[in-house]
Amino acid sequence: MNNDLKALFPALNQTLDGYPLCYLDTAATSQKPAQVLEAMDSFYRQHNANVHRAAHQLSARATSAYETVRDSLKEFIGAAQSNEIIFTSGTTQSINMLAWGLTSQLHQGDVILVDSAAHHANIVPWQELAKRSGAEVVPIPLTADLRLDIQAYQKQLDTLPVRIVALAHVSNVLGTVNDIKALSAMAKAKGALVAVDGAQAIAHHKVNVVKLGCDFYSFSSHKMYGPSGVGVLWGCYQELDKLEPMLTGGEMIDTVSFDGTCFGQLPNRLEAGTPPIVEVIGLGAALKFIKELPVEAFDHEQQMLNLLQQRLAQLPQVELYGAHQDNTGAVAFNLKGEHHQDVGILLDQQGIAIRCGHHCAQPLMQIMQISGCCRASVGVYTSREDIDRFITALEDAIDLLG
Amino acid sequence: MSASPASQDFLFDLVPLQSARDKVLDANNWQEKYRQIMLLGKQLPTLASELQCESAQVKGCESKAWLYYCKIDGNHYYLVDSEARVVKGLAALVIAQLQGKDSAEIAKFDPAHYFEQLGLAGQLSPSRTNGLTALVNGMIAAAD
Repeated sequence: MNNDLKALFPALNQTLDGYPLCYLDTAATSQKPAQVLEAMDSFYRQHNANVHRAAHQLSARATSAYETVRDSLKEFIGAAQSNEIIFTSGTTQSINMLAWGLTSQLHQGDVILVDSAAHHANIVPWQELAKRSGAEVVPIPLTADLRLDIQAYQKQLDTLPVRIVALAHVSNVLGTVNDIKALSAMAKAKGALVAVDGAQAIAHHKVNVVKLGCDFYSFSSHKMYGPSGVGVLWGCYQELDKLEPMLTGGEMIDTVSFDGTCFGQLPNRLEAGTPPIVEVIGLGAALKFIKELPVEAFDHEQQMLNLLQQRLAQLPQVELYGAHQDNTGAVAFNLKGEHHQDVGILLDQQGIAIRCGHHCAQPLMQIMQISGCCRASVGVYTSREDIDRFITALEDAIDLLG
Repeated sequence: MSASPASQDFLFDLVPLQSARDKVLDANNWQEKYRQIMLLGKQLPTLASELQCESAQVKGCESKAWLYYCKIDGNHYYLVDSEARVVKGLAALVIAQLQGKDSAEIAKFDPAHYFEQLGLAGQLSPSRTNGLTALVNGMIAAAD
């Protein structure tokens, strides 16, 4: 089934130094199906115009196509209304925009709790917010098996003046999943805002932001089979409407004069400047691709992740990190006594693409007491053959390092 | 004042290094090439732990790599160590070529051509995280 899926992704059909590409780096960025590329190409060829300036037919068509994607996203994540969907350049911009927009709501002594397994994009903007506001960033500890420590989290909520909780839905390094619904409820009970980085969840889970009960949810198109350069900040209207705009200028205003300027309404108020129009169109095609996938495609993907975990666990030289059966998308490991970079270089010689490094999660590396690790990650196109080839290549690398 | 190696530490035997380089050149598949590169790395002296320090670290490398330089009688000498075996081997390939050379010879060294000859052109790309480009540039700059 998924070999048919693989055929839809042009970039997966290539050889490197005589080896067919084995792409196990989907957590860094997913490959794009032909229908996404074609949607972008045909938009530029037939409908290209700026949006929201509809004095002519082409612009009206472009605006309509662009706004249709907003509506599709609203459906896709179960948002209450389309104007809660803000287009950004990606998760990093979403979280920066959010942290900036909250500045006046934070005060000296307030606490921002941050997931210890968070990506730097979900840590540094909160540190900067803390600098601007006098608030303090406090990490939420992990348990020994590298899951969020729920008891410690509850204690932090009970004892600290927590204003914001920043969580990863899925860890980009380990693939561990946070129970956002439960964690949000705990934070809401204390009156804290909950911001979730959904970058590693959105292509794998059925996300419903209302059911999750968080206040903000961010994700990137390029990790969900869409183009790079676009992402989403979703916020429940009441909280989103309170954010101060990080970017100001065209599109986001109601009236401008040198005596004073009035900002417009959501979503435009948070979308200054010409947006990434064709990327939004590409994201729309990616949403359609995901929505039309049979449910078996996602079951298969989970099987491939579990197969990866099992096959790695069978190699005595491998050390796995936080590899639980209910993880999503990625598995982290090292070869005992070997540097992750050597492993990556030797796999690369065999056409195997994985990521090796600190994965933009240095605090997590510090907790794990390692300088970095290897990460293999899967998508709906990952096949059993990919896993076999990866394991064989890893055995060859082990043999060479011997 | 950070520690630095004694000048005699730079004067290690180059013959095994150069013959190992020839084996990299002669390898006819990637497995043999990388096996020889890692063996080549083992020919380089290991830096004492106090010398594996921040101030000697080559930036732009995913693994930690340390570079020391010394000029003896007008010639240029290097010590390199890395926590990654392939990186240390790649560094040894450069040392095999540059160790003990005078400024004119170092100025003539063309890293792109050299790694092309070795069948390792891809490893020299600045877009790689192995840090080889930064290391080679650092070695050439030290002699300047």
